[in-house]
Amino acid sequence: MSFARLVEVGRVVNITFGPDAGKLAVIVEIIDHGRVLVDGPTTGVKRQALPFKRLALTDIVLKAIPRGVGTAPLKVAIEKQDLNALWAKTSWAKKIAKRAIRTNLTDFDRYRLAQARRQRSVIIGKSLAKIQKSQ
Amino acid sequence: MGHLNEYQVVGRRLPTEKEPTPKLFRMSLFAPNEVVAKSRFWYFLKQVNKVKRASGEVVSVNRIYEKKPGAVKNFGIWLRYNSRSGTHNMYKEYRELSRTDAVSSCYQDMAARHRARFGSIQIIKVAEVKSADVRRPYIRQVLQPNLKFPLPHRITRPASKSVAATFTGSRPNTF
Repeated sequence: MSFARLVEVGRVVNITFGPDAGKLAVIVEIIDHGRVLVDGPTTGVKRQALPFKRLALTDIVLKAIPRGVGTAPLKVAIEKQDLNALWAKTSWAKKIAKRAIRTNLTDFDRYRLAQARRQRSVIIGKSLAKIQKSQ
Repeated sequence: MGHLNEYQVVGRRLPTEKEPTPKLFRMSLFAPNEVVAKSRFWYFLKQVNKVKRASGEVVSVNRIYEKKPGAVKNFGIWLRYNSRSGTHNMYKEYRELSRTDAVSSCYQDMAARHRARFGSIQIIKVAEVKSADVRRPYIRQVLQPNLKFPLPHRITRPASKSVAATFTGSRPNTF
């Protein structure tokens, strides 16, 4: 079994614990076997050392990030390679967005959702009946 | 990160008629606060010079801050410690963001590996070491260019205690 997500300079990580939980950051330097230096100038993550325990690796790796890159050039690279768009495309980000929408639904929204689901099952049921009849 | 700060302590013997301007002694120390820094200053000073707290004064205590706390550096630490059976000299290497972090993790490391406490450890010298001069293999390992490695066993944790579930319906997935 080979691993797809590696700890490396330029790897984008999702912080899972602590005050920055839920934010994206980029690995700029590997400190030792248990910690990395991360920086997130576009997401409000201060340059800091974080243990792997508080990180989740994503599939995204920024290209041409030198080891120990400064905050300003990193910001340029993030904006140039459009990290936000890359992240928004992943199913991980879509799931998070969907979860956020669901928790923010109002009572009326939930009612409309239920109606939409009902309409959907009516359509599905009708076409299923049609198929069963034709067979 | 660490619990220690770096202090520069300057002290001298009390001026007397015979010696109106006594020699100043300066020392860089790692201590949790100024009080401990001054105490350690007298402890070290009286070992090498004929000056003691009762007949001397501390002229100044300044905290020293890291110049570049955003860059990872290799630190070599020379130290001396009393084990249960004798005194030993040691050289250790750490990779940290600051001198104080390196010394803090050195104290943790000494406590873990050798059961040595703060009082029985004397830090002789802390110096930044160039990557080419790193001696210890465990630091050398992480200096390789284009270093990459996987995290083969992952345990996901809740983002904070308030969202931690006591019971879950599914077993944790560790890869």
